[in-house]
Amino acid sequence: MRSISKIVQSTPPSGIRRFFDIVSTMEDVLSLGVGEPDFDTPWCIREACIYSLERGHTHYTSNYGMLELRRAISESLYKREGLWYDPEKQLLITVGVSEGMDIAMRAVLNPGDEVIIPEPCFVSYQPCVLFAGGKPVPISTCEENGFIVRPEQIRDAVTANTKAILLGYPANPTGAVAPRDILEEIVNIACKFDLFIISDEIYGRLTYEGKHISIPTLPGAYERTILLDGFSKAYAMTGWRIGFAAGPAEVVEAMMKIHQYTIMCAPTMSQFAAIEAIRNADRECEEMVEQYNQRRRVIVKGLNDIGLPCLMPKGAFYVFPSIKRTGLSSDEFCERLLFEEKVAVVPGNAFGKCGEGYIRCSYATSLDKINQALERIARFVSRL
Amino acid sequence: MIDHEILRILERDARTSPAQIAVMTGKSEEEVRQAIKHMEESGIIRRYKTVVDWERAGVERVFAFIDVRVSPSRGVGFDDVARRIYKYPEVHSVYLVSGDYDLRVVVEGENMREVAFFVAEKLATLEGVLSTRSSFLLKKYKDDGDVYEEPEQDDRLAVTP
Repeated sequence: MRSISKIVQSTPPSGIRRFFDIVSTMEDVLSLGVGEPDFDTPWCIREACIYSLERGHTHYTSNYGMLELRRAISESLYKREGLWYDPEKQLLITVGVSEGMDIAMRAVLNPGDEVIIPEPCFVSYQPCVLFAGGKPVPISTCEENGFIVRPEQIRDAVTANTKAILLGYPANPTGAVAPRDILEEIVNIACKFDLFIISDEIYGRLTYEGKHISIPTLPGAYERTILLDGFSKAYAMTGWRIGFAAGPAEVVEAMMKIHQYTIMCAPTMSQFAAIEAIRNADRECEEMVEQYNQRRRVIVKGLNDIGLPCLMPKGAFYVFPSIKRTGLSSDEFCERLLFEEKVAVVPGNAFGKCGEGYIRCSYATSLDKINQALERIARFVSRL
Repeated sequence: MIDHEILRILERDARTSPAQIAVMTGKSEEEVRQAIKHMEESGIIRRYKTVVDWERAGVERVFAFIDVRVSPSRGVGFDDVARRIYKYPEVHSVYLVSGDYDLRVVVEGENMREVAFFVAEKLATLEGVLSTRSSFLLKKYKDDGDVYEEPEQDDRLAVTP
């Protein structure tokens, strides 16, 4: 058989995947390794989907997605952020932010174009750039800076080939939220060098201290930003695979062209569910956020007490404690913790080189389980 | 010092310790203790109890919903009739409701005969009670926010990005 594509061959499999394979062979594992809410999708949303199926809404929608949903999203962005996106031209319903990220890259990149990506970051950012023929330019961030990229790091990384900056705040895996002044400076750099900003704001609603800052609301950002967001985290809808992209009409149209040939349209039943989510599930969202916030404080105190120092994350549902003082590598720590105490966490290096020496713990799990996991981690660390 | 967040935490699990609540809410343990004490004393927190699935514990109990039509008279209002009803230990709850009937009474007993006897002998004969309509509870699906079926399993993959 002829060999497969060089780009695909040279892209390493996700570090999470390897770890998942080990975990899935074991029973009774307490997992802090899950990157999705533990809550089930609120019932009103599920029920709206069932009703849409009963009514026979089982056909394709517009390539852009249902206009009713785009209008609902447009209104919600206006109400929440003061942002105006024309539902007819500037919004595209995608199969989660994952698809949005993929087609955003393919829509803006020419072969060899560089995309600046602060790390540690979500596992699919670099592969999306690579698959689109671009060149990812990772930037390391450190704990001392709260895992937030410094604007001068971005300026130093800009070359003649730079096409875009990829931002993902609140961040998976660190929970970091970049402050306004830093974001404004980054936007200034993007303006100066005429770069796109691709902003993954899927965790925006899960912001615990202050209000989420949406990138396109910053001066000069709107006309160069592709905003990617969705329903997975805010409304506990990961399995529905539904998200959206918002941006300048010509970029959204380009993304739609790819989407039209590869996806056709996001699943119709998920679009009906998403309409219900926007209209009637905000209270459920707020209740979930309150519980994440409580667990956040419990897990951060627990890990710091154990001697695995971690910053207080300001968003998402992850903490990123340092395990450096144990002398173990991230992989060793995670594997031994799994085999010796049956607790699954994710090695920090799965999110970029600078994640080495850290682990990602998700607090999207019940308080009981978090407390049990903390006890086991304490026992494990005390033995080292 | 009415703290809704503390109330929501305790309503979810009354055993959550003040120390844990303090961490969860970012307050000091002393603040939490004070708030709880205040809310207990002012009757916002009425008491702490355990939700028991008696059927699972092998104990048979019969519940019936009794709709009661009342004729209030001068000096004897709904409240007085309701009070005379809720004083019985057999009575699980009493509500004043809108509609064809006035009071909705939930009666608890060891068997149907006992409940039926209570309704016929005690409730129906009360002064001011015009008529009653009984419905026996056959199966409890959800009670006071708790679903009485097998708890849903966490079927998420153990590790995801």
